[in-house]
Amino acid sequence: MIHAGKSDRLFDGTILVILALLCLAVIIPFWYIVVMSLTPLEVWTNTRTAFFPPLNKITFAGYEQLLTSWRLPRAFGVSVFITVFGTTLNLIVTLMMAYPLSLPHFRFRTPILFMVLFTLLFNGGIIPTYILVRDLNLMDSYWALILPGLVSAWNLLVMKAFFENLPAELRDAAKLDGASDWQVFWDVVLPLSKPILATIGLFYAVNHWNSFFDAILYITSAEKQPLQIVLRQLLQAGNMNEFVDMDTRAQMPLQSLRAAAVIIALVPMLIVYPFLQKHFTKGVLLGSIKG
Amino acid sequence: MGTKAHELEKADARVSRAFRKDGLLKRAYREFRNQRILYLMVLPGLIYFLVFRYYPMYGAIIAFKDYRVTEGITGSPWVGLEHFREIFSSTYFTNVLSNTLLISAYRFFFGIPAPILLALMLNEVRITWFKKSVQTVTYLPHFLSWVVIYGILSIMLSSSDGLVNKAIVSAGGAKISFLSDPDWFRTVLVASGIWKEIGWSAIIYLAALTAISTELYEAASVDGASRLRKIRDISLPGIMPVVALVSLLSLGNLLSAGFEQVFLMYNPAVYGVGDIIDTWVYRQGIQNFQFSVAAAVGVFKGVIGLILIVTCNWLAKRFTGKGVIW
Repeated sequence: MIHAGKSDRLFDGTILVILALLCLAVIIPFWYIVVMSLTPLEVWTNTRTAFFPPLNKITFAGYEQLLTSWRLPRAFGVSVFITVFGTTLNLIVTLMMAYPLSLPHFRFRTPILFMVLFTLLFNGGIIPTYILVRDLNLMDSYWALILPGLVSAWNLLVMKAFFENLPAELRDAAKLDGASDWQVFWDVVLPLSKPILATIGLFYAVNHWNSFFDAILYITSAEKQPLQIVLRQLLQAGNMNEFVDMDTRAQMPLQSLRAAAVIIALVPMLIVYPFLQKHFTKGVLLGSIKG
Repeated sequence: MGTKAHELEKADARVSRAFRKDGLLKRAYREFRNQRILYLMVLPGLIYFLVFRYYPMYGAIIAFKDYRVTEGITGSPWVGLEHFREIFSSTYFTNVLSNTLLISAYRFFFGIPAPILLALMLNEVRITWFKKSVQTVTYLPHFLSWVVIYGILSIMLSSSDGLVNKAIVSAGGAKISFLSDPDWFRTVLVASGIWKEIGWSAIIYLAALTAISTELYEAASVDGASRLRKIRDISLPGIMPVVALVSLLSLGNLLSAGFEQVFLMYNPAVYGVGDIIDTWVYRQGIQNFQFSVAAAVGVFKGVIGLILIVTCNWLAKRFTGKGVIW
């Protein structure tokens, strides 16, 4: 027994060490980038002070430079708009489509479901979609960032599964009282759907906030570019002339400005992360059970 | 008398026929009226799927045409399989295809076991706060955009002042330009992909692990089985269906190889090892306006993906008695 206890402790210890190292592998890069964004060159290039900089050296000059020029704040605003407006539309259309598909008595349930499922297996590809968006005259319009991904087949199926798992008695009871399909949906089902709306809404919102390739394809004017695009340009640019005011450029080194821009782009995600974690996990499991 | 009864019968049949007919129409009408609101609710989503998912499938016929912007999809002349012949005789495409397959294979062989290992380890942790913390930390990168990850990577791996190279140099090694060295590019790609998704992908295995009955573990303990033995003989078999599902779904993406990540991280210096089908389609189609050739590659990719998924599901059905997906 004593022997078993010893080998058990060794086993547990090994696992704890490996997991702790994995956490460090995530935390260290973030911490380093935070320090970099807040300190001048000589602090973060010095190994001794790179992780725990002297407090009197910390400066918000990099953030100030980025946030007082027009480029980044504008892009931030565009991303907020796309995320809020886009997610609202995504949710409305997905919700309205998912509910009838969850009802056994809805006549076109099977063919429509088959149609949705097939899009998971096959799609026309980037080029035909690009041509379609161009032919619809959506180039350089925010609609091009919203309409092509209006309904995600996965999210639709997850939401449909949620409705199917609601107790059927609720619906039947309301029906016996003479309620129409709409009344059942509006008065009975919708109030119970807050958790799934939160989950799916977060799925869509994270996607909008993080997406960049659709903007590369469809957005041409600088003032309509979302945050991820401007961040990418900023990371790849040889200098910052386009992103910060020329006269203050010398204050912070290039890499510090880049680090600050990365932090600006990830802070909103960090703020909603606690909610995300709670709802996302549920969504993943719901999707995987039914999927 | 007899004829009258006969006539009466006939009249009765007529009436009831008419009645049935009327009933059918009425039923159909009543159903439509009752379900009217359901049709209205489905309509916007239905239009979306037809326009943005199905119309592009029709648009993919430009792969067999010589697409000209002025003549549109319907008006452009047919050229048959010319574009496909052109693609498959091009040595560059062969290179792109092998890059795609290699990167996907690396992602498969390293990216699938990594979260399984993490889930198995997390499942052994009895200290709740530690387990929760590890989950919170490792899930986080999943929510960050590839642009942010690329930003972090390019700063950390920079050959002039990146943290990793400073560590290498202080350990006596030589600097490595990770993002522009063809020998390192794929490694960085696959490793950073695992770094981003390992925690998130572990969730589904963790859920499967908690569904395994504790009685199994208790019985094994009574028999004196070691912890490792229990992992091998109880935990691992318990999550095998999920492993099969995840593997199968990733096989369907064999020709995708993680487009957004590659698009952000690659550069002309590593095209030889990092250019994949989707990046090539983007450059050919959108940047060089070779819409038809690029669409042909897209069709090729889509059809192979479809065949892979259908075949794997069929194989699973054949050997295990039930399909993994349908």
